[in-house]
Amino acid sequence: MSTARSIYMLWLRELKREWREKSRIIASLTTPILWLFIFGTGMRVGKIEGIADYQVFIFPGVIGMTLLFSSIRSGISVIWDKEFGFMKEILVAPVSRTTIILGKAMGGATNAFLQGIIVLVLSPLIGLWLDPVRAVLALPTMFVMALGLECIGLLIGIFLDSLEGFQMIMSFINMPMFFLSGAIFPLNMAPKALAVVSYIDPLTYGVDALRIILLGDYGVLPLWIDLVIVCAFALLMVSLCSLALRKRKQ
Amino acid sequence: MSEFAIETTNLTKRFGDVVAVNNLSLKIPYKEVFGLLGPNGAGKTTTLNMLCTILKPSSGKALVDGHDIDKEPDAVRKSIGIVFQDPSIDDRLTGRENLEIHAALYGVPLAEAKKRIEEVLSLVELEDKADKLMRTYSGGMRRRLELARGLLHYPKILFLDEPTIGLDPQTREHIWKYIKELIHREKITVVLTTHYMEEADELCDRVGIIDYGRIVAVDTPENLKRKIGGDVITAEVSKPKELAAELRKHDPTVTPGFTEKIIRVTVPEGEKYIPHIIHAADSLGMEVESVSVKKPTLNDVFLSYTGHAIREETGKWMGTMSMVHRRRIK
Repeated sequence: MSTARSIYMLWLRELKREWREKSRIIASLTTPILWLFIFGTGMRVGKIEGIADYQVFIFPGVIGMTLLFSSIRSGISVIWDKEFGFMKEILVAPVSRTTIILGKAMGGATNAFLQGIIVLVLSPLIGLWLDPVRAVLALPTMFVMALGLECIGLLIGIFLDSLEGFQMIMSFINMPMFFLSGAIFPLNMAPKALAVVSYIDPLTYGVDALRIILLGDYGVLPLWIDLVIVCAFALLMVSLCSLALRKRKQ
Repeated sequence: MSEFAIETTNLTKRFGDVVAVNNLSLKIPYKEVFGLLGPNGAGKTTTLNMLCTILKPSSGKALVDGHDIDKEPDAVRKSIGIVFQDPSIDDRLTGRENLEIHAALYGVPLAEAKKRIEEVLSLVELEDKADKLMRTYSGGMRRRLELARGLLHYPKILFLDEPTIGLDPQTREHIWKYIKELIHREKITVVLTTHYMEEADELCDRVGIIDYGRIVAVDTPENLKRKIGGDVITAEVSKPKELAAELRKHDPTVTPGFTEKIIRVTVPEGEKYIPHIIHAADSLGMEVESVSVKKPTLNDVFLSYTGHAIREETGKWMGTMSMVHRRRIK
């Protein structure tokens, strides 16, 4: 009971911090919109074999990107918490490290998830009328994806102490993960070497799952494999984070 | 149940080759206000961090509220409240939100927490600011909110690490007032660290002087000062010699020194002794032209107990300065 309340309060804190900062929300929505509308529209010039509408094809990928960027970015909150001392307040409290990580990770994941929903709702703007049932079915997958990705951000935040360092590492992670995930090109037509590397990228499975669920098309793996990997990754990352926090006291 | 709120036995902390805290043995009874007085880098914060379970001791033992800091850190954490030296609030939340999170983390039941939050807010007089974002608070107000937060979960022992560092003198006195009020109202054990003699004097029942990680003296502020002689009163009168004789007649323990125009008396409580001087001068028909009291500084106390002045520590001092700076810019 007390643990649940602690997680809830830490979760709520992440939400309040994020949504009180309107400029941050706008900034994090700008990138996916640019990709969807400018890149997506521009790429329509050439026809890719097997893809009827490129904008529709990348739409699940852009949702995946929104989740990825927002999640990784929110890991920076750990560094803020260290810098401004709030981390000490949490660490000396009589709660377990897992409670702290769950609160923070679910909070950050919820923020990414909500931003993903905003992108999802924009689908009619590219002429994509999603089946509402499919859209709703995509939500749990989106949340679990966000949770796993969020923990990548937290993990970096736990081990780094400087904002600059975080930003540098963030750019090393964001773009490769996004490009390799098959978000903007079909993996089954990519050169073998590239495809192999892509399967190391956890985002690949999320994007693939979202394509199958939302569009019912373009899937490269069976849905159940995607979902198992997405869930396993989230679980692994949450455990890694609470382990890391236990190891690093301050 | 231990009769001491805090009991340490040979508590030691090493960082590499540096011994930050060296065989510290202390007993602090319940409801005492205890001060660790020493210069920056003496080991005060390290000691506190060990007692708060943030740092693990290298050797030795410590019981906080009867719980071993090494074996039962969670029990220790439940018994204590902490106000850190550096700010530790979330300034993007309101004061009340910070307190609500604290209540949840410490498992104060919801209904109880609501009442208690009002109570601690009123103690530090922040009721009408409670719903403003913390970033709009001044340095003193943040400190007050941290005090309120430290008390929220009914701790048995409250740790205050340099409670007034980086605050201007006026705000400092203000904070003292709140600390005294909370000591009076909550009746809890308080352990504070400070490098201000006046702060220790103002707040503490007993003071431990710490240097190079060792306690060199533990006593009441009065006794500590008495041992080094106390406040020095300097008065300008026409016949210091007669006045000195008169003063000794009333209190043979004082040993006034004098020059042609000046009399110098060392007493435990300077302010309270001034009227005696005026009185004595009056009875001799003398006029006191000027009088001043010089309080013993930490440096004086230090010198007398350690045989050396507070060491120069440019690095540490700069650290403090930049912290003060950081506190300001936020």
